[in-house]
Amino acid sequence: MKLLKLVPDHTNVDFMRWRNIALILSLIATVASISYTVYRGLNLGIDFVGGEVVRAEFVQPVQIDRLRTEVDKLCGCEASIQALDKGDRTYQIRLPKPPGPETASNVVVSKIRTLLPRDYPGARVDAGESVSGKVSEELAADSAKAIALAMLGIAIYIWFRFEWQFGVGALLTLAHDIAMTLGFFAFTQLPVDLNVVAAFLTIVGYSLNDTVVIYDRVRENLRKYRKMSILPLLNLTLNETLARTVVTSLTVLIALGVLMLIGPQVIFGLAIAIFLGVIIGTYSSIYISVPTLVWLGVKPDSFLKTDDKDEAEVQPA
Amino acid sequence: MLEFPKWKVWLVSLVVALGVLLSIPSLLSFTRYADAWPKWLPQYKISLGLDLAGGSHLLLEADAADAQKQRLQAMEDSVSTELRRDPRIDIGGISTAGGRLSFLVRNPTQVDAAVDRMRNLTKPLALTGQRDWDVGVVDSTRVVLTPTPSGTAQALKDAMGVARDVVRRRIDPGGTKEITVITEGGNRILVEVPGVENPEQLKQLIGQTARLEFKLVDQSANPAEVQQGRAPPGSQVLPMADGNGFIAVKRRVMVSGDQLVDAKQSFDQDGRPDIDITFNTAGARRFARATQENVNKPFAIILDDKVLSAPNINEPILGGRAQISGSFTVQTAHDLAVSLASGKLPVKLNVIEERTVSAELGQDSIHKGAIASAVGTLGVILFMLITYGRFGVYANIALVVNAFLILGIMAMFNATLTLPGIAGFILTIGAAVDANVLINERIREEMHRGRRIIDAVETGYREAMHAIIDANVTHVISAGIMAYFGSGPVRGFAIVLLIGVVTSVFTAVYFTRMLVALWIRRTRPRAINI
Repeated sequence: MKLLKLVPDHTNVDFMRWRNIALILSLIATVASISYTVYRGLNLGIDFVGGEVVRAEFVQPVQIDRLRTEVDKLCGCEASIQALDKGDRTYQIRLPKPPGPETASNVVVSKIRTLLPRDYPGARVDAGESVSGKVSEELAADSAKAIALAMLGIAIYIWFRFEWQFGVGALLTLAHDIAMTLGFFAFTQLPVDLNVVAAFLTIVGYSLNDTVVIYDRVRENLRKYRKMSILPLLNLTLNETLARTVVTSLTVLIALGVLMLIGPQVIFGLAIAIFLGVIIGTYSSIYISVPTLVWLGVKPDSFLKTDDKDEAEVQPA
Repeated sequence: MLEFPKWKVWLVSLVVALGVLLSIPSLLSFTRYADAWPKWLPQYKISLGLDLAGGSHLLLEADAADAQKQRLQAMEDSVSTELRRDPRIDIGGISTAGGRLSFLVRNPTQVDAAVDRMRNLTKPLALTGQRDWDVGVVDSTRVVLTPTPSGTAQALKDAMGVARDVVRRRIDPGGTKEITVITEGGNRILVEVPGVENPEQLKQLIGQTARLEFKLVDQSANPAEVQQGRAPPGSQVLPMADGNGFIAVKRRVMVSGDQLVDAKQSFDQDGRPDIDITFNTAGARRFARATQENVNKPFAIILDDKVLSAPNINEPILGGRAQISGSFTVQTAHDLAVSLASGKLPVKLNVIEERTVSAELGQDSIHKGAIASAVGTLGVILFMLITYGRFGVYANIALVVNAFLILGIMAMFNATLTLPGIAGFILTIGAAVDANVLINERIREEMHRGRRIIDAVETGYREAMHAIIDANVTHVISAGIMAYFGSGPVRGFAIVLLIGVVTSVFTAVYFTRMLVALWIRRTRPRAINI
């Protein structure tokens, strides 16, 4: 059987040649992504700003305008209504957080619950959520804390396991990946809920997965080829690990792509965020994690202890 | 490489068989063959989260101001009772203003005696050496009781424990349902009830403090003043529950709902819903004495500081039974009866978060999630097969075993599968082959370097191990943080990822290594296609 080789044997791409161009492009993309996120804002779900959401399913197609008029009259507010399918039968109705007491007010949701089946025979409320301002503030703070902690924790682990330059490289890679994914959510205005935060945490883990495998090989090669200068060594490493990077990213993308296309609609945000994160992470593990090592002055003797270094000079291998 | 001792083969096979065995009941439970699993085999099962099973999730928070108020009121009651035991101490001007309880001692020589009695009412707190109330005297005749911060904290803690039990009894009077009621973070209670899609009734049940009191109506009060909210000394003005004005009642409680043993919804002579209550022995005795002493006077039945009704005492009520009427429907009477029978909530609870999923949506999620898992797994299997041939087959067997192991371990710990958990499962399927990719790529490389087959395979497994461990630690860190910070569904995602990391290292490294070793030992291949 002839096996599929996506990366041919003896591939030799001069990745490091484009490292400065890639850096400039990445920097521009990151800054643009962050500015855009700040300018446009994220479409934060009720998990983080409070409010009420109802998911309703109808037997017959329903005009969105008619539904909107009725719901607005019910709550005396401006509801945002979104069709969840193409047949105009599943809608998500979102109501803003009511002013006043810090409790979740489900008055409107319970009205909708009783009114919908009356006005639209067979209609059903499939899911209802309401989150108070207090809880949403806590969830937002906890999420931010968790992402920051995960980034730091992994950077520190890599610093201990490798060298400080590798830790910095990992941290920069993560910051880049998170910034780009945030920009994507700002651009598409896909709702950001707790599941998306879980996706961000997963990206932190998976983006670094690639980076760690490459760093591992950098360390191995630094010990093996002490006389090789750093740029060719990094190129060699990237080419050696390229096949693995491509195959693993593809298997993850196959699984997530399926989940995104035919999986439950409720976790679409989670699936697409990780899908995108894996693609971004594959790029950044090559063009951010590795070039950082050059700028931070990693040398063939970086992994030798101080007294070993002296010996290495006296007795070159 | 080739030494893979018999006992190791048996051990690895045993773990795999056990994992498969443990996962089957859970898999069957999603199908209509749920009863096909023999009863004598292990029955471990994965439980479904509310987002898959359907149900209601409520997060309740104690109303701190109400807790404070109830505590002051309880103290006021015990102060009156205590001082009544010593008729020489004549007090007046009881006040609960400013979160403190204070009263005037009319005879200055009795101030010390009053303070002594108050000190006996307070309790020492464990560890701190503080007492739960500070007793002091101002203006030489006014005794002041101030709640200490640690006393307030302890009271809240006790109240939450009681509240949790009360909430559980109210939602599930029979104690038969699989509901979750746990305290969280000191002042919150998390309630999860599978199968309930409209939480309104739940909230109605929980929302009532259900503090029931019987007090005498103060007939000496001037009706005009009462409507303006002014009551004679020793009395208080309370609103009628039906909104029809106000009524003045004596502050002293005749009997309270604490002394109930049972409450049931029933009907009065005219067929209107009411509630039958039964007092315990002490309550029945107090009720009998109070009604004997006050025949032909009206008394008020008060629920949560609102007067339900104020009937006349026609004759002494000696049997310890009474009916409470009001403008009830069968449902409200039933709910109130459940609330009364379950005891009063020591603190008012507010709903601060609510999430409900219907069983249909949950079923739909399971269905779509299962299909996505199957298609995703097939896609990965196919891709691995065309990329690595025979070694891809080994990786694929490991992948399938891994899927069973994840489910088996989740079943063993009775872990909860949530919708994001299904996503975590699919993600793990995609990522679990990474270890095999690392190993196989390394074997390819070592073959190109000119190593012989056995040597190449051996080096491949050994050298890939560093990267596999390092790469998986990053997953453990991010998933661990997610499990710690995340709530409900997200925690379910993290738990699947964590279990997946452990099982995938086992299947991808030890299990495939065993398969490869057995194959090489048996056939001694001259060339391998990788």
